[in-house]
Amino acid sequence: MSAALLAPDSEEEVARAVAAAAAAGEPLAIEGNGTKRALLRPVQAARTLSTRNLRGITLYRPQELILSARAGTPLPEIEAALAEHGQHLIAEPPDTRALFGAELPATLGGVVAANLSGPRRIAWGAMRDHVLGVRFVNGAGEVIRSGGRVLKNVTGLDLCKLLTGSYGTLGVLTEITLKVLPAPEATGSVALRVPDLATGVRALAAGLGSPFGPTGAALLPEGAPAFGLEGTTALLRIEDFAPSVAYRLDRLRALLAPLGAPRLLDAETSRALWRLVREASLLGAAAGEAIWRVSVPPTAGPAVAAALRGAFAARLLLDWGGGLVWVAGPATEAAHAAVTAAARAGGGVWTLFRAPEPLRAAVAVLPGEPPPLAAIAARVKAALDPKGVLNPGRMRAGA
Amino acid sequence: MIALPPPKPEILARRDAIVAALRAIVPGEGVISAPLELKPYETDGLTAYRQPPLAVVLPTSTEQVAAVMRYCHANGIRVVPRGAGTSLSGGALPLADAVVIGLMRMNRILEVDYDNRLAVVEAGVTNLGITAAVAERGFFYAPDPSSQLACMIGGNVMMNSGGAHCLKYGVTANNLLGVKFVTVEGEVVEIGGRHLDAAGYDWLGLITGSEGQLGIVTEVTVRILPSPEGARAMLAAFRSIEVAGAAVAAIIGSGIIPVALEFMDRPCIHACEAFAHAGYPLDAEAMLIIEVEGSEAEQDMLLGRIREICGRFDPISLRVAQTAEESAAIWKGRKGAFGAVGRISPDYLCMDGTIPTSELPRVLGRIAEMSRAYGLQVANVFHAGDGNLHPLILFDANDPESTRKAEAFGADILRLCVEVGGCLTGEHGVGVEKRDLMGVQFLPHELAQQRRIKGAFDPDWLLNPSKVFPLEGEGAAPALTARAA
Repeated sequence: MSAALLAPDSEEEVARAVAAAAAAGEPLAIEGNGTKRALLRPVQAARTLSTRNLRGITLYRPQELILSARAGTPLPEIEAALAEHGQHLIAEPPDTRALFGAELPATLGGVVAANLSGPRRIAWGAMRDHVLGVRFVNGAGEVIRSGGRVLKNVTGLDLCKLLTGSYGTLGVLTEITLKVLPAPEATGSVALRVPDLATGVRALAAGLGSPFGPTGAALLPEGAPAFGLEGTTALLRIEDFAPSVAYRLDRLRALLAPLGAPRLLDAETSRALWRLVREASLLGAAAGEAIWRVSVPPTAGPAVAAALRGAFAARLLLDWGGGLVWVAGPATEAAHAAVTAAARAGGGVWTLFRAPEPLRAAVAVLPGEPPPLAAIAARVKAALDPKGVLNPGRMRAGA
Repeated sequence: MIALPPPKPEILARRDAIVAALRAIVPGEGVISAPLELKPYETDGLTAYRQPPLAVVLPTSTEQVAAVMRYCHANGIRVVPRGAGTSLSGGALPLADAVVIGLMRMNRILEVDYDNRLAVVEAGVTNLGITAAVAERGFFYAPDPSSQLACMIGGNVMMNSGGAHCLKYGVTANNLLGVKFVTVEGEVVEIGGRHLDAAGYDWLGLITGSEGQLGIVTEVTVRILPSPEGARAMLAAFRSIEVAGAAVAAIIGSGIIPVALEFMDRPCIHACEAFAHAGYPLDAEAMLIIEVEGSEAEQDMLLGRIREICGRFDPISLRVAQTAEESAAIWKGRKGAFGAVGRISPDYLCMDGTIPTSELPRVLGRIAEMSRAYGLQVANVFHAGDGNLHPLILFDANDPESTRKAEAFGADILRLCVEVGGCLTGEHGVGVEKRDLMGVQFLPHELAQQRRIKGAFDPDWLLNPSKVFPLEGEGAAPALTARAA
């Protein structure tokens, strides 16, 4: 990785650093705490610009459901501040420390730049759905604001969504305002052993198509023996006020009864198990193995899984009703080709989420774009970063 | 009045040739050019502005839209996309030298996929038409703008429409999976799909709410949701705006997110009551309509908790609906609010700023002062949970002075919204109406940044010109150069 680290402690200094890099035509690798360096492609840059010293919550109004923080604020600090007021991050972004072997926690800016969402995405939306406002430094060193600090805002082009998930290639996020929500009073889950993944997805679809509002719908191909769940297991979570949780779990259990023998998991078990789903640790990826995230329509999940099991010794975890397939396997181009083929066949997309550098440098870590869109993408990149100094090549080679 | 750019004389001069070329692409009744037939297209929901277009073309397929775009692009002709024409910000206002591409004939529901909880529909399907198509299986499409009977999903995508229930379900952007997108060059691109989240830039998020500045959406893949078991409303009336605002904060602070939380002030309560006879308390300064969802028992639990919270704020009246009929009666006045105001005034302007909810008492106090200063009445309805304010300014469009004052009053309200930390528009869009106020919310270099992104999609600025961006910035923004370090 890059030798020199710039870690300014003000937005103004970030702007100066980027302007200087643009003037010199010297690319910068952009990061927060650098926990996701093994995600996507390696950046060839002599210097790294980190937002890790832009720290702190700048505005928190629990009764207005908004929180603003500087981009380098560690996620646990934000989660703790929210918990004090009985609130939480809606999209439940995963703590990826274990997957990436990182010691430092992820920063808010990093999670937003990667648009990382956890199990609750299926019910309440992704990170990108809750980014209400951003401040960022564009590739010319200008500070740009988009959105704001209110829940509803359609004033001008939505650069919040453009910047979210752009992995630092269009701007350096310096401050972010999020919508937050009250954390549920209670939680619990229903677990159902299923004979195969297709039945599992049907069970999840029954729950997701019911009025009972599951906020998690995962499929554990190997179960979770530590929790007494043997064999392929479908898992539906309810989060709500206590009487609603009891009622809705009961109704889900009745709904799933024709498919087997559903079991109720209490709040403590449910929380522990969903943490493992959220962090994808149930995937059991070995060090040195690659990890992919494939997003397809939920009913395509089982076919993606079958194709990958046929191609290599794939270990799998399905979330989002079956539509998010976490895959662990050998870090080879052949395995990557199998993943991309399966994602395409399933009508979806892939992200090479973790891999040793040679593989990440050699393959398309994200799907390509059709030519008209690729041309627009190049012009949008130039509109924000005319000298191409921000994280060049992070998402796609030569872009 | 807001200025429109001068028409290009060379385009006006070629009108007959352009119409003939469009007829070759969309045969039959699909091209409108007779002055009388253009009349219905000369305005949208912002009726103060009228301008007949050069021609209207009504394609029936994405291929036809693409061919029209290719032709217009090759010939330097401006294009104004249009759905049902319900925009309250003038988003579909034509220009004299522009071709209106109306999507109302593209009104087929192409597919409903219950297993993946999505529907694929053409852009001209109405918002309510989607729900109607999936209701028998117990599903619905969540965003519910007031115009949902008429407005079309393509327009909803372009304006990122909201509605009364978006506190829980989000706005259009939160309920989409993909679109079929026609670029200004007439290329057809699939954006998103049937899966969640982009791998790469979030084009879907950027296009949603782009007000026709980036391209034309011809097909939309929406998420559909299972309907709740039931829903019921309650009404709570208070002695002051401050107290009602405090009650809203206390409800949210208790951890309850009602599916809707609507606020009406005294003039609005009176107008609605006179119109709908919904039994609203006429001695109240502010009234809330609060709706919750779930089983009967869950509704009872939530309404009980909310009733208890409101009880702490010395309410004038609390009315909890016991049945769906009683609930409908509570909603009746609110749903007819715009019509009710229309009965007491020849015309009204509906504003759409958003404010931090804690600023509500201050903002409504200032609006009342402005109302006295301008000598124009105002009635306020407000999505209280998310801070989206809808002041209705009453005026007489036949009186130029009244019109001028109403527009100035509206602009002052929007400046106030920005001043207290809010924004110019929560769900109606900038359109032509708020275009010249963009400089209140954004700095010049921020607007230039947005214009450069618009230019990346539409280098010749042919798409829906004279909207969103102040006219002096029309056309390519200056190239971005590194600022002095």
